[in-house]
Amino acid sequence: MSKDVKAQEAKNPMEDFLRMDRIPHIWCSGCGIGVVVTSFVDALRKSEIDLNKVAIVSGIGCTGRVAGYVKLDSFHSTHGRAIPFATGLKLGNPEMQVVVFSGDGDIAGIGGNHFVHAARRNMDILVICVNNFNYAMTGGQVAATSPINANLSTAPYGNFEYPFSLPYLADACGATYVARWTCLHIRRVTMSIQEAFQKKGFRFIEVIAPCVTLYARRNRLGDGLNLLKYYHDNSEIRHGADTRTLDIGYQGKMIVGKFVDREKPPFLECMNTHMKKALGDKYVPYGE
Amino acid sequence: MKKLKVDPKGVLTGAHYLDGDFAIAEGALAAGCRFFAGYPITPSTETAERFAERIPFVGGIFIQMEDEIASVTALIGASWAGKKAMTVTSGPGFSLMMENIGLAVMMEAPIVIANVQRGGPSTGLPTLVGQQDMMQVRWGSHGDYKIIALSPDSPQECFDLTIQAFNLSETYRVPTFIMTDECVGHMHEKVVIPPADKIEVVERKWYEGPKEKYLPYKPDKDMIPFMVKAGDGYRFHTTGLTHDERGYPVINAECQDWVVRHLNDKITKNAEKIIKYEEEQTDNAEVVVVSYGITSRVAYRAVQLARKAGIKVGTLRLITVWPFPEKRIKELAQKVKAFVVPEINYGQMVLEVERAAAGKAPAILVPHCGGWVHNPEDILKAIKEAAK
Repeated sequence: MSKDVKAQEAKNPMEDFLRMDRIPHIWCSGCGIGVVVTSFVDALRKSEIDLNKVAIVSGIGCTGRVAGYVKLDSFHSTHGRAIPFATGLKLGNPEMQVVVFSGDGDIAGIGGNHFVHAARRNMDILVICVNNFNYAMTGGQVAATSPINANLSTAPYGNFEYPFSLPYLADACGATYVARWTCLHIRRVTMSIQEAFQKKGFRFIEVIAPCVTLYARRNRLGDGLNLLKYYHDNSEIRHGADTRTLDIGYQGKMIVGKFVDREKPPFLECMNTHMKKALGDKYVPYGE
Repeated sequence: MKKLKVDPKGVLTGAHYLDGDFAIAEGALAAGCRFFAGYPITPSTETAERFAERIPFVGGIFIQMEDEIASVTALIGASWAGKKAMTVTSGPGFSLMMENIGLAVMMEAPIVIANVQRGGPSTGLPTLVGQQDMMQVRWGSHGDYKIIALSPDSPQECFDLTIQAFNLSETYRVPTFIMTDECVGHMHEKVVIPPADKIEVVERKWYEGPKEKYLPYKPDKDMIPFMVKAGDGYRFHTTGLTHDERGYPVINAECQDWVVRHLNDKITKNAEKIIKYEEEQTDNAEVVVVSYGITSRVAYRAVQLARKAGIKVGTLRLITVWPFPEKRIKELAQKVKAFVVPEINYGQMVLEVERAAAGKAPAILVPHCGGWVHNPEDILKAIKEAAK
């Protein structure tokens, strides 16, 4: 074996997609976020998409750190604001594929209003939300996604608030693509992201991931690998399921799959079509 | 700074009868702003309305966001996509914007924000004038940073200073503010918009070196780092975290020192180039009236009356409010008996005058808590007292 071949073999296939000068990452061993990043990178590779035309925007939190590790135009914004940041970026340069990669606290908690409105106006962005059922970066506090009865540092006697069902929310707000997987559905997450790259409009993929250090430990759910497997084994694939039936209880069965796949012109297309109709030749189209 | 050719599509050359809010929108279009994200709020809404009406014929984006947090955040995204971007608001919306004004500061993303001030705190006086956000614009977001803020006193200046705000924002890669007020915002006056080729607009300092060598936060000789656009293949990273030249987060005191000093010093060390003010009869003045925005026009009446009464009074009208022209105040403090500072608040910029005067001359505040402009008589009274 020549030296060159050896060197080639030694190279991690993800290297071209990651900022290797920032590795090792900060995630705990047993965390599910890295698995989702692997799926994302795999989807980028398989899509043969021009990497110079893909941007990634994160908010704050454990998943919020993804933007720092992926070698794209990458923006680590403020807590909850990844979606409006992505909105500005996409409208500023419409030829880009803009991906929001962030956590449940960021997207559905503090950023909930932005999520709702971006979906409503069918902003042409892909949102990948890693849901680990808690605010992990700050130490395991209760989240808008925490299942009832789960124990969290700010719900020390168990959570009694109703959680969001994110696919239901995304569907209700008009998203064009809605899927949910657990992070161990590696191939399916990858395929979902590839599929979403092909679509236009507000696309939403929720990925359930274990938080080993906080959520799992506090609730005595074993190590990361156990929980990863538990989520996977207790999920039932039901494509096209009614999004009203997707609630996640504490440690029980969860429905995964692709729930929504509809065609609907995104924001810019609506703007250009509408303005042409309203103003005729005087209208100066944007981003076409 | 490279001069940019102005796109004539955005320039409504001619003499117009416009209010200040409309003039801001026209200034933005003339400056090449093609991205506006905003949320309606009195008394600033007319700027958004004007932009929404005009942009389809120019080519660009108007988007009404879900709130002011989203508006200012969208500007930062658009700015990184290479667009000149602006929003407009008033007190309550300005408070919501603070979080991501900090992000724009940290990412060094050029954006322009106009605040048509009304009375506060809280919902305060939605339809009536105030100048109560003058300190908020300087200090409102957490952390230690500096921004640029201008204060127009007429619709014409709303137009002119909006173009300048874009130029400054692009030059120094810093959020730049137009701190106007309800009176100027709703005042209709003649606004002359020059031909496109007579408007000076600067080009952002784009990076042109080899792609792999690009460092988004490496200061150039003038302290300002070069910028690139998302989508141009640089695959760069930027963050709201304390970061190094690469834009990578570095969480320690040493890097924090480097970032904070840079964000502050790039403004402080260029302050003399940035600062503009208008001065009249200060040469042998006993009293100098320091004012800005609508109040400077009311103060002018008081100054006329004082001169009739034989008092040697000069005026210093702040056009740039931040960075504050402390050097000039310091010089004047050596020779005047006192400064008179009328403002539609309970004492904000007067604190800066006091600080710069450093005890050499007192600064007499003529406060007005908002809702209306001063009675010139009140300012005159203060001038007379100051001259004693």
